[in-house]
Amino acid sequence: MSSVVSVPGTGAIRALYAGNARAVVARSLQATRSSNWAVVVSGFFEPVFYLLAMGWGLGSFIGDVTLSTGTEVPYAAFIAPGLLAVSAMNGAIYDSTWNVFFKMRFGRLYDAMLATSIGPLDVALGEIVYALLRGGVYAVGFLTVMQVLGLNLAWTAALAIPAVLLVAFGFASVGMAITSFMKTFQQMDWINFVLLPMFLFSATFYPLSVYSEPIQWVIKAFPLWHAVELIRGLTTGALSVAMLGHTAYFLVMIAAGVTLTTTRLRALFLS
Amino acid sequence: MSQPVISARGLTKRFGDFTAVAGIDFEVPPGESFGLLGPNGAGKSTTMRMIGAVSQRTAGDLRVVGLDPDTHGPEIRSQLGVVPQEDNLDAELRVRENLIVYGRYFGIPRSVCATRADELLSFAQLEDKAKAKVDDLSGGMKRRLTIARALINEPRILMLDEPTTGLDPQARHVLWDRLFRLKERGTTLVLTTHYMDEAEQLCDRLIVVDKGQIMAEGSPAALIRQYSTREVVELRFGSDRNASAAEQLAGLAERLEVLPDRVLLYTDDGERLLERVAHAGLHPTTSLVRRSSLEDVFLRLTGRSLIE
Repeated sequence: MSSVVSVPGTGAIRALYAGNARAVVARSLQATRSSNWAVVVSGFFEPVFYLLAMGWGLGSFIGDVTLSTGTEVPYAAFIAPGLLAVSAMNGAIYDSTWNVFFKMRFGRLYDAMLATSIGPLDVALGEIVYALLRGGVYAVGFLTVMQVLGLNLAWTAALAIPAVLLVAFGFASVGMAITSFMKTFQQMDWINFVLLPMFLFSATFYPLSVYSEPIQWVIKAFPLWHAVELIRGLTTGALSVAMLGHTAYFLVMIAAGVTLTTTRLRALFLS
Repeated sequence: MSQPVISARGLTKRFGDFTAVAGIDFEVPPGESFGLLGPNGAGKSTTMRMIGAVSQRTAGDLRVVGLDPDTHGPEIRSQLGVVPQEDNLDAELRVRENLIVYGRYFGIPRSVCATRADELLSFAQLEDKAKAKVDDLSGGMKRRLTIARALINEPRILMLDEPTTGLDPQARHVLWDRLFRLKERGTTLVLTTHYMDEAEQLCDRLIVVDKGQIMAEGSPAALIRQYSTREVVELRFGSDRNASAAEQLAGLAERLEVLPDRVLLYTDDGERLLERVAHAGLHPTTSLVRRSSLEDVFLRLTGRSLIE
């Protein structure tokens, strides 16, 4: 007999969400097992290589860095949380932009999914949760490396794991929303055009204080700075009230990203 | 008669100024194999997408398994099997995984999906490809896998958009055989095609659509009876002489169509007509007597051939 799904809620939500995002996550896990596990594993090494090259190599010339709270920390302990934030961003962005772009425009994966009882919100949540799982595994791996190298300076470093997930969730949901507007490869390149300067200038490799006041405000408008500050506070133990503000920044980013993604998927595939 | 599984009244779809489907009416009773025959751009795929609850109608009324797609999309989709025009198999998954993962999208338990996947692989004659990559399959195999995938939720209606377009003749016949078995089991089939032989083989009843409108409706045999003669004589005189020969042929047949490469004469007795053509002193380079087909019906209804 035919299997009728039970669909939660009524009206508008019912058409968007079948409560089955886990099937979308399970699909990605299966795809990882079947075909692209090597790509996923390679993502772990990128920040580790950066840490070894910059923290160890360059760090031996630099010495200690003073944090915004006045604490002095070794250079490697300064950039490691920055690199952790960057890897959370890159992992989430890669999954939610290029991967989603291919699935959307070439693999027609979402056409297939949305012809079933799955709704666009299931797809959005499922893809984002998978990106988070991946980001979470990287975060645990990188924090382990930091622990071994003695770069976690406080017990609050353990809280960097949920912080990384929050950051990844923010980037993944906004990344997917932006990708849903993209039609060509050329447009996709604009994403890198934004990401690279954000990576270099968001107080990742040196304190924000090197900039003049107006430039500091520009940097502070971008999400990566908030991610770096949040995670750096946790791994170095230099806690401050501002970290609540960084958390709020990402909560808003998540809400906006998920809403926009769902709306766009509905417009693209269920019009 | 039992409640129709699909009923459309004045079904309309507009994209901006362009009207893709211009107010069509039809009903599909359960167990029927129903076809939409028409050239590319006739509005067939758009109609299929509206039935499949992935495209909202602009106007008119539509009920699929008794529900309105505008308000009950997920419930309707859970009871449909969809075979799109272009394969959208999951290339990152192996053949058997494609079936299981797709079943999970319907919320069907994994163990049930696994059992059904094995049955469907056997039905699609793909047992020995269970672990193969999708990209390594031939076009015909991919299409059979897509059909198997569409059956994983044991749908009440199987929707096929141009199921054999792009396949070689042998692969088409294998596919037709599989679809015929489904039909025998009582699965309701809704298919679009621009191949008249496919429509004749698979459809109990069909609508002929052109420019978003229904031109005719009936069983393939009834449509041929109504809009064409029993037989057709095809004569070729060479492309520059067809038109002038046609003038001399007028009056010999009930109806006559001049195509760029040949002249079609409609009659109930092809052999006798051929004799009369010879008697009239005309000597075509090739001649052929055949049964009328839906292609002739379409030509009669629209003045154009199906495949342009």
